[in-house]
Formats: sequence, C-alpha cells, structure tokens
Amino acid sequence: MQETPAVVTAPDKKTLWKVIGASSLGTLIEWYDFYIFGSLAIVISTKFFPPDNPTAAFLSTLATFAAGFVVRPFGALFFGRLGDIIGRKYTFMVTLLVMGLATCAIGLVPGYETIGFAAPIIVLVLRLLQGLALGGEYGGAATYVAEYSEPHKRGLRTSWIQTTATFGLFISLGVIMLTKSSMSAEAFDAWGWRVPFLISSVMVVVSYFIRKNMDESPLFKKAKSEGKTSSNPLQESFGKKYNFKFVLLALFGATMGQGVIWYTGQFYALSFLQSVCRVDFDQTNYIIGAALLAGTGFFVFFGWLSDKIGRKAVMLTGMLLAILTYRPIYDRIYQLADVSNKQELLDQRITSDPLIHTTETGESIKVTTISKVYHDGSTYKEEVRSVKPIDAADYSAPTVKGTVHVGNSTFASLVLLVFIQVLYVTMVYGPIAAFLVEMFPVRIRYTSMSLPYHIGNGIFGGLLPAVATYLVAKAQMANEVLGTGEASMPHDKPYLQGLWYPIIIAGVSFVIGLLYIKNKNRNVQ
Amino acid sequence: MNTIKRILGVVWIGLGLAAGYYLLISQALPQFQSDKSEDLVPAIIYTFILMPIITGGLCVFGWYALQGEYDS
Repeated sequence: MQETPAVVTAPDKKTLWKVIGASSLGTLIEWYDFYIFGSLAIVISTKFFPPDNPTAAFLSTLATFAAGFVVRPFGALFFGRLGDIIGRKYTFMVTLLVMGLATCAIGLVPGYETIGFAAPIIVLVLRLLQGLALGGEYGGAATYVAEYSEPHKRGLRTSWIQTTATFGLFISLGVIMLTKSSMSAEAFDAWGWRVPFLISSVMVVVSYFIRKNMDESPLFKKAKSEGKTSSNPLQESFGKKYNFKFVLLALFGATMGQGVIWYTGQFYALSFLQSVCRVDFDQTNYIIGAALLAGTGFFVFFGWLSDKIGRKAVMLTGMLLAILTYRPIYDRIYQLADVSNKQELLDQRITSDPLIHTTETGESIKVTTISKVYHDGSTYKEEVRSVKPIDAADYSAPTVKGTVHVGNSTFASLVLLVFIQVLYVTMVYGPIAAFLVEMFPVRIRYTSMSLPYHIGNGIFGGLLPAVATYLVAKAQMANEVLGTGEASMPHDKPYLQGLWYPIIIAGVSFVIGLLYIKNKNRNVQ
Repeated sequence: MNTIKRILGVVWIGLGLAAGYYLLISQALPQFQSDKSEDLVPAIIYTFILMPIITGGLCVFGWYALQGEYDS
C-alpha cells in the first residue's frame, strides 16, 4: 500500500495560486451557503415551520439536526467515492453546483401559508442536499490543493482551504446584516431574508467557471494513467484493516478533538454570550466577527508552522491549551458580562411606567422596562412582563428578561477572550487538511479523509451547542431545586458545566493523538 | 510505549461501551418514551448514528490497539 514517490512536475507558482484560489473560493461559497440557513433559522422557521403544528416542528428539528451533522458523512462517502474513481476536479464541481442550486432554491420556495406542507418538505430536502454537498466538497478541495502542492509546503498551501469555513461564516453574517440594514424590518421579514440565498447563485456561477478551467490534480492524473486508481474505494478504505485502522486513528486522535475545539471557539462562544451572559444580539455578532477577522490569518501561520515542526505538534498543542484554559476563559467572559460585578450609576436609572395592552384573546399584558447604566459604560435593559388571563383576578408572577450592552473596555476584553479561542481553532484546524491527506494514499484519499473529517466536525462538533446548552440548563436546574439559601450548591459555577463536553472529548482525542499518531505521516507524496 | 498502547486498548473498549450505555439508556430511551414529537429525532440520532460511531468505533479502535496494530 505504501506509495512510491510520484514523478510529477511541480506546477509553477501562478498555477498553484490559481488552484488554491479556485478551490478556496468554491469552498468558501459552500460554507456561506451552509451558514446562511443557520443564521436565518429563526426567520426560516416562521416561514416554513409553523411552531403550532407538531409535524412542521418535527420537520424543523429534522432539518436542523439531520442536515447539520448526520447527512454530511454520507455526502463524504458518496462524493468521496466519486472523487477517487472519476477525479477530484469533476466531483467538487458537482458538489458546488448541488450546493448552489439547493441554496438558491431555498430562497425561491413559497412559504407554508402559500403551499402548505409542501413548503417544509421541500426545504428539508434542499437542506439535506446542502449537507450532502458540503460533505463532498471539503475533501475534494483539500485533496486537490494538497496534490498540487510541494510536499514540504502542503500545510501552508492547504491552510488556505482551512480559512474558508471562518470566512464563510463571517461573510454570511455580513451579507445578512447588510441586507437587514438596507431595508425596513417588515420588508426583510416579508421577502428580504431571501436575498442572501439568491446572492449565492451569482457566486456559484462565478466559482463554477473558474473551477471549470482548472486541470485535474497531477497525482490523480498520474495514478489514473498508470491504472492505479481504486475501483471500489469504499471497500478499500473501510473494508481493509490496513486502511480502516488509520481512518479510526484520524477520527479519534485528531478530527474528534479538532471538531469540538472548532465549534467551541466559533459557535459555542456566540451562544454562551447570547444565552448565558445575555449580551445584546448584535453586539455578540460584532465580538465574534472581530475575533474571527483578527484570528483568520493564523490558519495560514499554523499551516506553515506544521510544515516546519510537524502537524501533530501544532494540533496537539492547540488541543492541550484549549483543555487547560477553557474554564478560566469562560469564567472570565461570564464575570465581565455580569452586571452584578459592575458599579451602577444610580442617578441614571430609568424605570418606565407600566405599559398595559390587551391581546386579541383578551389577555392583559403589563410590561415595565428598567434601564440601568454602569460605571464602565455598560447598560442593562430589563423587561418585567406579567400576564393576566381573561378570567383571572390578578397578574401572574412576572418574568424578567434582561439584555446587557457592554461598554467599550469590556467589549475589547471579550473580543480578546474569543480571539484566544479562535487561536486554538487555528492551531488544530490549520494543519488538519494536510494531516489527513498525508494519512491516506492517492487511490482512496478523497474517500478515506472525508469521512473522519465530517464525523469529527459534523457529529462531534455539530452536537456541541446542543449538548453544552443541555449541560448548563441541567446544572442550573439542579441548583434551583436546592434553592439559593443552601450553603452548598451541587454546581459552584453552573454556567461552566457545558464545557465538560469539549474538554472530555478533546482530552480523549489528545491522549489518543499523543500516543498513537506519528509526527511523520505515511503518504507524503 | 507499545505496551502502554496495547494496555490502553482495553480503556478505549471500556470507554466505547460506557458511552453506548449512556447514549442508549440515559438519553435515547427516555426520549423514545416522550410524548413530544421533536424528541424522536435526537433519540433516533443517538441510537442509529451516534452509538454505532462512538461505541463501535472506539471498540474496534481499542481492539486494534490491543492487537498491536498501532505499534511503532
């Protein structure tokens, strides 16, 4: 199975940059397409999945979970097999088109009110197609670039592909915010949310024509001309112990830990700021956006560094740092956003008169708003709401919803703390494409590397927000059951409980990676 | 080092089985019994996707480690 060094003429720099540019642009667009669905999930659910209908709610959950992580490994298998049989170039052009058409179609599907149940079913099918396409895209782009690169610069070259997931998220947030700001809230709700989906079609057409003019990867072309390509890559990758043991090693020793660190730094940080710390929605997007922008260059740096000191050293250092520092970092984030730690300027507190309005069903709703200003420039807006049903004598117990808008110095500190996590992401994710590519031979590379990548990221990483939120809620509930008067609570800091998931998964991955992975991989050609 | 790698194979098998028990008994089963239709999706995912990957994968990985497949 060990490959003999391929005699392939090294491409000139211009060709190499064309290859990197065309591959990265397509992958960037695929990530953009994938993320806009998630970023617009709330609007989409009101248009296609009415909450009062249990079947629609079921389809909504299916769309979120199934396409988010379950379908991606199937896309990896399906397109990986194609890529190892017919070639990398044609396969990742197909994934690009499937993703582009599915995304554009989501923007064109009439709502539930117009076509009834056909709407959520069509959207679900399109979302599944998105997941399948994404599952096939990454392995193709990474393999294609790696097979064009000089072996000693493979980490550097493929790291450009690694920047695309972060840039895709960044651009999706930017396009959504730009669309929102260019029209009224009513217009955005009525039709404006479709614009980010439709924009994708233009980007996909441009990227398709750029990719169309590229050549097949030289290593694959050589293998094909020598008749060394696999006729059954799935059987060869997963049916033979010699390769399957490396698929398992790639999953448990690398991509599993990398996946949870990636999702913690990019997604859980956002949800922690919004749901646990109750920081203003727009401000949290700016915090994450600034940290991502500042950190993206480090994907390339750590890709380059992995060429010098080895992939294993860079990735495992990132994992170890994350395991050791996640709890202090998140504790600091919580303390920074917690207004009880801040000094209030009492003379600036404004309490509104209760606003009472009656709904169509006859319920009375009383809302009181309290605005507080703090010494560091932070503000806190608290909305106290109580409801009086039509046949009740008095209002129910009030529910309190508070939102913090942090001051400039706190904002900067939060950006720094998220940036540190993005650095960990760049350490584990920057070299991963080169690492996976070098683990498997050319004839089964696309198939073998795609599956562990998408299980690690799609399943272990994709589960993270749901599991971490569940762990935090469970810990808070356990504390509430005992009551605040108890001397000792089951959880000292319940808001940190969600971090056990990435810490344990990354910990297992770190030990497996440290013991079983060699710093030098088998298939450097 | 090879001895440690092999001995730890037992740990990975145990970890896989423990994860399988947790996913199936603590997570999936109560959700299968739930009245809410949205609980069915995670229950199916735990049983048919996660458990085979984590339990099956870690057990096979542990078995390979125990057999010395990863010896240097």
